[in-house]
Amino acid sequence: MYNFTYHRASGLRQATNLLGKLDEAKLLAGGQTLLPTMKQRLAAPANLVDLNKVEGLSGIELQGRALVIGAMTRHAEVASSPVVQQAIPALAHLAGLIGDPAVRHMGTLGGSVANNDPNADYPAACLALAATIITTKRKLIADEFFTGLFETALMPDEIVVKVSFPLPKKAAYEKFRNPASRYALVGVFVAKRPSEIRVAVTGAGTSGVFRVPAFEEALKKRFSPKALDGLGVPADGMSSDIHGGAEYRAHLVGVMAKRAVAAAME
Amino acid sequence: MPRVSLTVNGKAVTADVESRTLLVQFLRENLRLTGTHVGCDTSQCGCCVVHVDGRAVKSCTILVQQAEGADVKTIESLAVGDTLHPMQEAFRQNHGLQCGFCTPGMIMTAVDLVARKGHDLDDKTIREELEGNLCRCTGYHNIVKSIAAGAKAMAATTTAQAAE
Repeated sequence: MYNFTYHRASGLRQATNLLGKLDEAKLLAGGQTLLPTMKQRLAAPANLVDLNKVEGLSGIELQGRALVIGAMTRHAEVASSPVVQQAIPALAHLAGLIGDPAVRHMGTLGGSVANNDPNADYPAACLALAATIITTKRKLIADEFFTGLFETALMPDEIVVKVSFPLPKKAAYEKFRNPASRYALVGVFVAKRPSEIRVAVTGAGTSGVFRVPAFEEALKKRFSPKALDGLGVPADGMSSDIHGGAEYRAHLVGVMAKRAVAAAME
Repeated sequence: MPRVSLTVNGKAVTADVESRTLLVQFLRENLRLTGTHVGCDTSQCGCCVVHVDGRAVKSCTILVQQAEGADVKTIESLAVGDTLHPMQEAFRQNHGLQCGFCTPGMIMTAVDLVARKGHDLDDKTIREELEGNLCRCTGYHNIVKSIAAGAKAMAATTTAQAAE
């Protein structure tokens, strides 16, 4: 990896100032995506601002009807948290499917949502659960936060602080995993919320995570895998690579959505 | 060059390092602790697993700067003199290695697994937990056996120590 200048932030204000002041600065959270990317020289930031010593960025708390998780909370903490397992078991399940145990000890919720990898798991949970991403500047609903392939609404000096997940009535995440990368080839998160049903898909779309309105409407009439019979998503707009073509991914979206609905009903 | 201070295998160390120095480079090149291996350097293989503040991490995917102030334990910390750690001994007894390149990472992952999931581990749990450790000799069968036996042996050691 090319060399860079490392900066250890001690607080959010300092981190924000560094991001504003330094050229080509990037935040370092768990580093499980950023460091491999830098090693491959796909990214070469001149400055890294490390958030690991910033206090108050990690933690899991139930606040009324929402589960609030700090941005620096590691995947392993979310997966093993009795609070998460009780409040939104699908979210604990999802966190436990990311990478491998050592990666989960480092990787963070905030890093995952800020990177918005089209194959990452957390964006699907945020979008399906209608999460709110709370930053140093504002609150953004997931639908506004994720704007495209590796793109979010974050400004250059804006930092994700926590994510608030409203509690669903039922939810489940089904992931068809690429066995080599452990990313989602296709992952579908289904959430039955008090007011609506949401279906969010990761891994498949050329523009990153997306919702499937046709599935949502059908499930609103009848929350059962059968409700999705005969429905599908067009291959147009699905990504295609050596791991799976667009047609295959489109097919998987339907299959994984049915499995997720069945799992949510259990 | 920035300075970093951390504890490695119980010893305090301070050094000037490049910003980009990875923990595994620091361990191997600065401290000459070459038991931690670099297999793939892409966070796939797990040969470089060490414990940072009691959690197994891939030392090829963490800057040494991120371990500032941390307590790092490597494979070299396990044996006491000539006496192997129960997990190491279990790998020896069960032929849990062939070429041995992945073994330090396997053992550090296994010790972390026991700390998190206890001493009575079924094969399914062990195999799931090993998904971040690759063995190119395809020796998983005996590795799984070794870890199950090592986990039990660690319980016996803990009990013996508590009784002393």
